[in-house]
Amino acid sequence: MAEIRPGETLRLEGLCKSYGVGTPVETEVLHGIDLRIGRGEFAALVGPSGSGKTTLLNLIGLLDRPTGGQLFIEGRETSGLREADLTRLRGSSIGFVFQYHYLLPAFTALENVMMPILAARGRPDEEMRNTAAELLDKVGLTPWRDNKATEISGGQQQRVAIARALAMKPALVLADEPSGNLDTKSADSVFDVLRAVNETSGTTFLIVTHDPRLAQRCDRIIELVDGRIVTDRPNRNVVRRSGAAFSESAGARPPS
Amino acid sequence: MNRLAPFEWIAAMRFMREGSAQTLLIVLGVALGVGVIVFMSALVAGLQSNIIRRTLNYMAPIVVVPPEQVARPQRDSDKAQIAALVQPRSQQLRSIDQWQKARAQIERLPGVIAATPVVSGPGFALRGDANKAVTITGVEAESYTKVIALADKIVAGKLSVATSDIIIGVELAKDLGASVGDKVRLTSPTGASETLSVTAIFDFGNKGVNERNVYIGLRVAQNLMNLVGGVSSIEIKVEDPFAAETIAQAIQAETDLEADSWIKTNAQFFTAMAAQTLSNTLIRFFVGLTAALGIASVLVVSVVQKSKEIGILRAMGTSRAQVLRLFLLQGAAMGLVGSLFGSALGWAFLAVWRGAAKNPDGTPIFIIDVEPSLFLLAAAGATLVGTLAAVIPARRAAKLDPVVAIRG
Repeated sequence: MAEIRPGETLRLEGLCKSYGVGTPVETEVLHGIDLRIGRGEFAALVGPSGSGKTTLLNLIGLLDRPTGGQLFIEGRETSGLREADLTRLRGSSIGFVFQYHYLLPAFTALENVMMPILAARGRPDEEMRNTAAELLDKVGLTPWRDNKATEISGGQQQRVAIARALAMKPALVLADEPSGNLDTKSADSVFDVLRAVNETSGTTFLIVTHDPRLAQRCDRIIELVDGRIVTDRPNRNVVRRSGAAFSESAGARPPS
Repeated sequence: MNRLAPFEWIAAMRFMREGSAQTLLIVLGVALGVGVIVFMSALVAGLQSNIIRRTLNYMAPIVVVPPEQVARPQRDSDKAQIAALVQPRSQQLRSIDQWQKARAQIERLPGVIAATPVVSGPGFALRGDANKAVTITGVEAESYTKVIALADKIVAGKLSVATSDIIIGVELAKDLGASVGDKVRLTSPTGASETLSVTAIFDFGNKGVNERNVYIGLRVAQNLMNLVGGVSSIEIKVEDPFAAETIAQAIQAETDLEADSWIKTNAQFFTAMAAQTLSNTLIRFFVGLTAALGIASVLVVSVVQKSKEIGILRAMGTSRAQVLRLFLLQGAAMGLVGSLFGSALGWAFLAVWRGAAKNPDGTPIFIIDVEPSLFLLAAAGATLVGTLAAVIPARRAAKLDPVVAIRG
C-alpha cells in the first residue's frame, strides 16, 4: 500500500449536480456527495453506467461546476473561483487521463508531455524539456519520445497521456476509464504505470472504471449508484502485478 | 520548438502544418486575391498618373482669364422689374486688366510655382498652297518654360521665340511641309499677318496639340491679336496638381479674375477617374471579403475537427484567451503568408503586363511605378483581414466547454 501522507487532496461536502436547472425537466444526478480522499491514495470509483461517475469526475476536475455543496482541492474551496482561476488551478493541481488519449497529433510524444507546462509558462525552455523526458522515461517511452503522437501504439499513446497528466506535478490525477480502449495486455501495462507513479511520487489517483478486475487493483473502492455513494471501503486484497510493468517497451523497438 | 516562440504561436504553426492541404489552398487563395489587388491598384494608379502627366504636358494646371463679359438686363428703375431681356454677349478677345500686377499677386500665393503671361487666339498658318487653322500662343520663353516643359518636347531645332521665330508641332510641320529654318506665314482674324521662320518643332505626343498649337513671341502675338501691351491669360504651375482647384479659387478671390483649374476644365475626365477608383475599391473590397470568408471557413472547419484537442488543452490548464489567440494567430499567419506570395504574384502580373503592353516601337504604352508601400499595405491589410476573419472561429474555439468537447 502506498504511503498516505497526512492531509487531504480532495474533500466534497454535500456536492450536488442538477441538469436543466430552471426548466421543467430539471434532473438532479448527484445527490449530496460527501467524500474525502487523502494524499497519496489510489482509489477506484465504480458503478453502473448512468450512475454519475463521469459527472462527479468532471466536477472534481473543475471542468464543470456543482449546483450545490462544496468542493475543496488541497484545502482550497473552489465554488467562489472565477473561470480563469479555475483554469489555473486545474492546470496546476489536476491531471487528466481519459479513455482516449487525445494527444495532439501535430506534436511528438515529448512535446505532448511538455504541453501543459508550456501552456502555463508561455515559452519553451530546457527545464520543461527535461521534466518531460524524465516522465517519458518513467512510463518507459524514452525510445519513442521523438515519434509523432500518431506513430506509436495505443498503449504507448495512453502512457504518453499519463506522462502528460503528470507534467505539472499535480496533487490529483483523475483517470476516466484509462484502459477502456485497450486490449488486456496494454490495459494492464497502463495500470501498472499508474500504480508505479502513485508509489514513487505519492500522487493521489481517482480512477473511474467499470472493470472489476482493475478495481481490485486499487486501495479503495468507492461505489456510486444513482448519484449516491453506496459503498466506500478499503480494498484488503490488492492485486499486484509488479514486474510486468514495462514489458511492452523492454524489448520492442520504435516503429519506422 | 523554437525557444523564442510563445505557446500560442507554436501550437498555431503546428495546427496549420498538420492541416497542410487546407492551409496551402487557403494561402493560395489569399495569394491570388492579394495578387489581383496589387496588380489592379498598380495598374489603375499607373493609368491615372499617366493620363494626368500627359494632360499636364501641354496644359497649365490653372489658367487665369479676364472675367466673362455679361449683358446687364435693363430694369425699370422704380419697380426693379426687368424691362428688356438681352441676349448673351459675344466674348471679344480682351486683355487682363493690369496683368503685371495680377501676375505678381498670383506668384505670391502659396503653392504657386510660376505664372506666365500668354496671348492666345485663332489664326491661320500658310505655306505655299497649304493653309491650316491654328491656335496662336504668344509666350515669354523664359517664364513659359517654367509652366510648360516645352523645351523637353522639342524634337528639332532650338527653342527660341524672338521677333521672327515660330515653333510648330510635328503634325503641322508635316501638313505644311515645313522644317526648321523654313518660313511660315501667320494671319490673325484681325487681318494682320506676319512671316516667321520655324526655329523648332515640338512633339507633345498628342495629335491635336501637335497639329494646332504654334508658339510665337509675346510681342508678335500682341500685334497679331491687336492686343498691344495686354495678355489674354496667365498660365500657372502649382506644386500639387490636385490642389489646383483650391488655388484657383484663392486666385479668383484675390484678383477678381476668372481662374480655371485643369480639374474643372477636365471634369469629365475626373469623373471617369473617380469611377475607376470606385470600381477598383469595390474589387478590392470583394476580393478581400472573399479571402476573409475563405480563411474563416477553413478555421471553422479546423475548430470542429480539433474540438477534442481544444477540449484537452483547456482541461490541462490552457486559458480561453490562449485558445482565442491560437486561432487568431492562424488567421493572421494565413493572411500574411498569402499576402507575401500575393505580392510576388502581383509583381509577376505587372512584369507580364509590362512585356505585353508596348507601343510598336518597343516603348511602354504607359509607365507603371510600383511603390513599395503598396506591398507593405497589402501585407498589413491581408494580416488584418486574416485576423478579423479568425475572430468568429477563434471565439467558438475559446467558448468550447471542455466537458462537451471531450465527450462529444
